[in-house]
Amino acid sequence: MSHLLEILGQEPYWSFVRIGLFLVGVASFVGANAAYLVWCERKIAAYVQRRPGPMEVGPQGLLQPIADAFKLFAKQVLVPPGADALLFRLAPVLIMTAAMLSFVAIPYGAALSPTSIDLGLLAVFAFASINVMALMLGAWASRNKFAIISAARVVSQNIAYEIPMLLTIVTIVLMSGTMNLGEIVTKQGGWIWHWNIFQWQHNPLVVLSFLTFFICMLAETNRAPFDMAESESELVAGAFTEYAGMSFGVFFMAEYANIVIGCSLATVLFLGGWNLGLGSFLASVPAWAGALIGLGAFFAKLYALIFTVIWIRWTFPRTQFYGLLNLSWKILIPVSLVTLWVTSFLLKVI
Amino acid sequence: MLLTKEQALARSTHSVGGPNETFVLNLGPQHPATHGVLRVKLTMDGEFIQRAEPVCGYIHRMHEKMGENRNYTQFLPNTSRLDYLSAMQYTHAWVGVVEKACKIEVPERAEYIRVITSELNRIASHLVGWGAWVMDLGGFTPILYAFDDREKILDLMEHICGARLTFCYYRFGGVANDVDDVFVQGTKDFVPYMRERMKMYKKLVTENIILRKRIEGIGMISQDMCRRYGACGPVLRGSGINYDVRRAEPYSIYKRFDYEIPVYHECDSMARYLVRMDEIEQSLRIIEQAIAAMPEGPFVAPKVPKIVKVPAGDYTYATEAARGRFMIRLVSDGSDTPYRVKLRTPCLANLSLFEESSAGMLLPDALAFMGSLDLVIPDIDR
Amino acid sequence: MSSSPTVEQLQAEFAILYPPPPPAAVVEKPAPAPEPAPAPVVPKPAPAADAAGAAPEGAAAAPAAAPAPKPAPKPPVGPILQAEPPVGATVVDFAARGFNLDLSIPAADVVAVAERLYGHEFSLDTMTGVDWLKLGQMEVVYDYVHFASGLRLVVRCRVPRDNPELPTISHVFQGALWHERETHDFFGIRFLGHPNLVPFLLPEDATYHPLRKDFAGASD
Repeated sequence: MSHLLEILGQEPYWSFVRIGLFLVGVASFVGANAAYLVWCERKIAAYVQRRPGPMEVGPQGLLQPIADAFKLFAKQVLVPPGADALLFRLAPVLIMTAAMLSFVAIPYGAALSPTSIDLGLLAVFAFASINVMALMLGAWASRNKFAIISAARVVSQNIAYEIPMLLTIVTIVLMSGTMNLGEIVTKQGGWIWHWNIFQWQHNPLVVLSFLTFFICMLAETNRAPFDMAESESELVAGAFTEYAGMSFGVFFMAEYANIVIGCSLATVLFLGGWNLGLGSFLASVPAWAGALIGLGAFFAKLYALIFTVIWIRWTFPRTQFYGLLNLSWKILIPVSLVTLWVTSFLLKVI
Repeated sequence: MLLTKEQALARSTHSVGGPNETFVLNLGPQHPATHGVLRVKLTMDGEFIQRAEPVCGYIHRMHEKMGENRNYTQFLPNTSRLDYLSAMQYTHAWVGVVEKACKIEVPERAEYIRVITSELNRIASHLVGWGAWVMDLGGFTPILYAFDDREKILDLMEHICGARLTFCYYRFGGVANDVDDVFVQGTKDFVPYMRERMKMYKKLVTENIILRKRIEGIGMISQDMCRRYGACGPVLRGSGINYDVRRAEPYSIYKRFDYEIPVYHECDSMARYLVRMDEIEQSLRIIEQAIAAMPEGPFVAPKVPKIVKVPAGDYTYATEAARGRFMIRLVSDGSDTPYRVKLRTPCLANLSLFEESSAGMLLPDALAFMGSLDLVIPDIDR
Repeated sequence: MSSSPTVEQLQAEFAILYPPPPPAAVVEKPAPAPEPAPAPVVPKPAPAADAAGAAPEGAAAAPAAAPAPKPAPKPPVGPILQAEPPVGATVVDFAARGFNLDLSIPAADVVAVAERLYGHEFSLDTMTGVDWLKLGQMEVVYDYVHFASGLRLVVRCRVPRDNPELPTISHVFQGALWHERETHDFFGIRFLGHPNLVPFLLPEDATYHPLRKDFAGASD
């Protein structure tokens, strides 16, 4: 107790307040973001499919997510008979907690990071793998055959895709020399060719690394064309078959939160994070304006990636499950391994 | 891998057993991939199917009994409610069998109108089948493009007969209404439009690597299996059997047109996919020729009695519906109601080989295969 | 094995097995003399013997009350309303009736005929029943189609209405698994040897047969 007081009494107690503030901010951001990403997704899907999309609630259907949220809140959360009620209710909580915690380590701007963790990258991945545990738990607890098939798929899919993803991450860590996400971004400051994705002198295959990371991210977040967990035309709704009302809503929000995390990581690791990439062009602006511009740059890159994710979903059919595993074990893992070797070789030699 | 009859039967369901731990999965009657109230009772070993037993009859309406209870004209609307996606060809079979039995002469113009509308209907049906199948495979967008094109066909149909789905447009001795310039011009405009769209679909969907991996080599149906189960339509032609009722039993005026029967020899789902896509092109060719050659004249035979009486005897009449061979066997005792109407529907035959063919498949492959059969459930259950 | 038999070849082949009775009521074409059959003629004494034995039996089961309008002035529409259908192969006019060859056989022979047709690469198009209430008979009709030549063959046989039974052909043409179940649903015709003769389109507890002409409605 005295120890805690000691910490709070000292100067860095600010960091706790800071984390608290960010958690509140993240919680509201995750909710609002999920709601409006759904709206964006529906609008983009509608655009791809040459139809108007949601138009009824509010102008351009802008209030549709709020109406949807009310609908989900109003619905009863049913626990199917024979299900493990505790685990069944716990799974959405787990998945959401893990998703929110991941946000803590992500730097949104030079001064806009909840906390600066030296092992931030590792922390994000540690939290992110709770995702699959929660899905498996929920699927198993709901005592539904479709859900159990889905659970088995999710686990093998995640095992297959964690490996190339982490190998790619190691490559980036080698290039940056740190696992602190803020520092990784700082190292990419300056001009646009300082971003990691253009660092050909360190790693001639970095574009491949980026593609590997992006594909793995799609697979890890169970997005089409790798949406084996849900695969609604085969497994009804996969792991979520028995979930109703807000418990399904939470899974849904977590899915979008995970997409945001995945795309944020891609932005941070490859696309220079908050850096605008224009050298010292904006060096003379005041600090607050610089922070805002940085935030804008970050979100512009983030949402461009999210748009790509949505675009892919509405363009491609779903892969076959063994095709998915083959892609990982036969292509992505060798590619990321080769990339890792080349990078470490170049770093050691040069 | 094509199996011989013995291998296929050995692998098939009647001999599957063993100590494996299996579970039963009921796919349907409400399931997104069965497109209607079809139930497939799956005995699963993990995600592998040991036995898939389709359970039919959820929307059985006993059309054949209805046929015995009402007169020939009154049964006409029933025929468009079997395979509601290709209603024209089904109605064609009914008017065809009655015309054949009563020796009613159909005017030239009516025959041309029938061919044009039947082929338009075939295109519409293939578009839905295609879109819904790709949707089963997880690609949601193509179905909306397909419906966009189908909408144009339905607008044309609505213009001439008022209906958009269960067309009851044909009459004994002709058709219900004459077509006008709006329809003719609309059809003429539709042909080049659809050809452009087909090019886009080829680029966008057919050549997609994910799609090809999903359906190439999946759901092999050998020629022998086709014979044993009486498979028909694109399923048959995807297995390398060049059989099309329009050629084998040329009805109406199909003899006059220059078109090809697309046949693929790969025996897999992709072959059936390509057959359907090519059939759309060939239908466009037929429409183009028919609309150019359509003569003026009456659109319905002048002296068709209000109450049709068919001479005693039994008659059959088959048409090539979008999903395959649709045949009506009519047994008449000479009165104004049929004595017996047998509706031989293509989907029933095509689904019946699912059980043998899907044994040992993975669930997603089996669903991709089921999509390649292009089932319409009311057509099976009648 | 000739891949595309012609109608005449098939008629000749089956005319040997099932010679029409001497005073043939409806003969549209005199059956050719037993020429050397082109198809590999397997001498099949058993079915022929069955044919001789089974046909009168089926007729005996039918009560004599059947008002069979035998006399000749009846229009030649085929063996429809006769108490005892002529056993034999008849070539019919495709344009008028929609099929090429009409084959009436005794019930015991459906399997042998199915096997023979499978050997000729025929496919089972469909099968169904017809209830001849006044004659006290049930007719089972098999529609065969030949993909290569487009030939259409109708095989029909009659069974007594009070005990409608005939062997299954589902081990030859697996498509018949469902067609036989359906025919059993609608007519109550039992197919001996069928592995799973449970209701197909009717409810699983259905005890009625709606296409029988004396069907008065499902009570339950």
